[in-house]
Amino acid sequence: MRPGIVWRFVGLVIIIVVCTLAVWKLPINLGLDLRGGTRMVLEARDTETISVDDDAVSRAKEVIERRVNQLGVQEPVIYRQGPRRIIVELAGVKDPARAREIIGRTAQLEFIDERGNIIITGNDLKSAVAGYDHYNRPSVNFELTPEGSRKFEKATLQNLGRKISIYLDDQLLSAPVVETVIKDKGQILGLGSIERARDLSMMLRAGALPVPLEVLHAEVLEPTLGQESIDKSKLAAGIGAGLVVLFMLIVYRFPGFIADIALVIYSLIVMASLAGLKAVLTLPGIAGLILSLGMAVDSNIIIFERIKEELKSGKRVRAAIESGFSRAFGCILDSNVTTLITAGALYFFGSGAVRGFAVTLGLGIVASMFTAIVVTKLILVAVVDRNPEKWGKHFGV
Amino acid sequence: MDIIGKRRVYLAISAILVILGLIVLGVVGLNLGVDFTGGSLVRLRFDRAVSAQEVRSALTTGDLAEMDLSKAVIQPIRGTSDVQIRAQVGGKPLSVEQVSKVVDVLSQRFGSVSVVESQMVEAVIGKELLNKALVAIILSCVGIVAYISFRFEFKFGVAAVLALIHDTIVVLGIFAILGRQVNSPFIAAVLTIIGYSINDTIVIYDKIRENLRLRKKDTVPEIANISILQTMRRSIYTVLTTLLAVAALYLFGGVSIRDFSLAIIIGLVAGTYSSIFVAPSIWVEWTLRDRKRLKPV
Repeated sequence: MRPGIVWRFVGLVIIIVVCTLAVWKLPINLGLDLRGGTRMVLEARDTETISVDDDAVSRAKEVIERRVNQLGVQEPVIYRQGPRRIIVELAGVKDPARAREIIGRTAQLEFIDERGNIIITGNDLKSAVAGYDHYNRPSVNFELTPEGSRKFEKATLQNLGRKISIYLDDQLLSAPVVETVIKDKGQILGLGSIERARDLSMMLRAGALPVPLEVLHAEVLEPTLGQESIDKSKLAAGIGAGLVVLFMLIVYRFPGFIADIALVIYSLIVMASLAGLKAVLTLPGIAGLILSLGMAVDSNIIIFERIKEELKSGKRVRAAIESGFSRAFGCILDSNVTTLITAGALYFFGSGAVRGFAVTLGLGIVASMFTAIVVTKLILVAVVDRNPEKWGKHFGV
Repeated sequence: MDIIGKRRVYLAISAILVILGLIVLGVVGLNLGVDFTGGSLVRLRFDRAVSAQEVRSALTTGDLAEMDLSKAVIQPIRGTSDVQIRAQVGGKPLSVEQVSKVVDVLSQRFGSVSVVESQMVEAVIGKELLNKALVAIILSCVGIVAYISFRFEFKFGVAAVLALIHDTIVVLGIFAILGRQVNSPFIAAVLTIIGYSINDTIVIYDKIRENLRLRKKDTVPEIANISILQTMRRSIYTVLTTLLAVAALYLFGGVSIRDFSLAIIIGLVAGTYSSIFVAPSIWVEWTLRDRKRLKPV
């Protein structure tokens, strides 16, 4: 073997080792459509008193982050989109509907006296814990901040014997009659269940949203359903890949076998870069992978057909392989670059599903060009060099 | 085989297909999913198989009558005890409370019922999704024409994009006839078809470009025809391998992936057809007309 080839092989082996390690060690992030979870698009709404500005949306995002932390979700994704929107993605949540309820609620708590004055709000609370009252009814037990205590003490003194109504987002929870002056501690009743009490205390601890958020889009997929779709997709992808490998082997024999090796390396590179870039694999992403796999196979077919043509025109095996590759190059480059342009436009101007598709397609195309042009050629030349005329027969000319 | 000689036949077939497709799209319309129209989609898991009628009667009587769910689309999912319900209340998606009310009523009637999937979309966001996808597709078509004009010639680019439009309309038309749901993964399927078809077309163009250099004495139709034939084996092998992979997804993949792979299968066939029979024919027709115009008789 020529020394140039040896070094290229060393390079290839390093790539394979690095990619295998990456695939083995790094997890591939599956999208919510595959693994289950919840995704929400929330939009801030103006109220009579507050109009939405950048600061309000940032604070709303912080509140959501605190609430999500309370839910104990692993690796939540929360980001802003445009001036008014917040997107929340929670993977693998056990009860996504409840998560949605906790995140989307404004949770504006208000204590109002009989004349309609607001005495204290959720902002005056120092802490809130769910529990039970003396009659074993679910309750939220709260403590007030020093300032809140002053306000509450004054108000309870003025309202002795009268009712104070407790509202959550304009919905009446309870309206106890003030019996004694209360300073810094109290109880909220009228919650129905201990779960609701827990959720409310959670929201109160995280704070109220500065502006109400409307849920524009909410998707919930039970992790079990996600698991079903992962299992089936894996099986289907395995069978599909197996059929492709078999097809190449049957149609092209020896060169087909080398193409199959190149395809395995292609898959390794794509998986490793998906994991390395922390890209998220979604259902549309799988479509991008299928397309790029098809293109990887296609590049190999184009090359082999070219080599066959060159052999038929009377060239020697070595020369035929060399010119087969160089002539196929223009064709492969043009078709891949065009598809890459599509992937680029989709990535920069598309959203959601479209972007997921663009990412895997783009990665796949680059990997497929590399494996078809570099890897297939390297292995083919190395093998054929030993006895060109003998191996040449395997091209089916 | 003389494909280019019969180019007008193929162009006529494709023109008819496109017109039929547009008519179907206009008359029948696409069964747009909640991602685009807005509304709610809830997939419920029962502990036994239930029929659509049973669910409908539970939804439209008793406690749920006030929500007016008579227009809800109820679809049992084959091979499971799941039922998918698509509904709107007063033009809005169902709220969390409304969904849990539905679940409560159904569990009283049928035993345990759980929500395995739900989607609530306001109509605004559906429109946005569609608009963004359209802008992205149009821009990528512009990019394709620009690149092909630079590497080949402008006419090639336009012919390729016309072939893409043909493929897309065929797939959309067939989906309209089948009444299959069009949701956001479907956009990805259409994009796959576009990517595949453009790839296929360019391989043939590349051969034409080469033959234009090598066979200076041949006429344009002859060059186009020989190029198509020389790449025919590759076209067939490639579509077969890709079809194998997608057919496996269709047969063995989950329900969510099935419509999506069906769209790709239809698109692959349409894309291969258009790359071989339509795009080169448009180019030949256009080039001949240009030459006639340029040469004084």
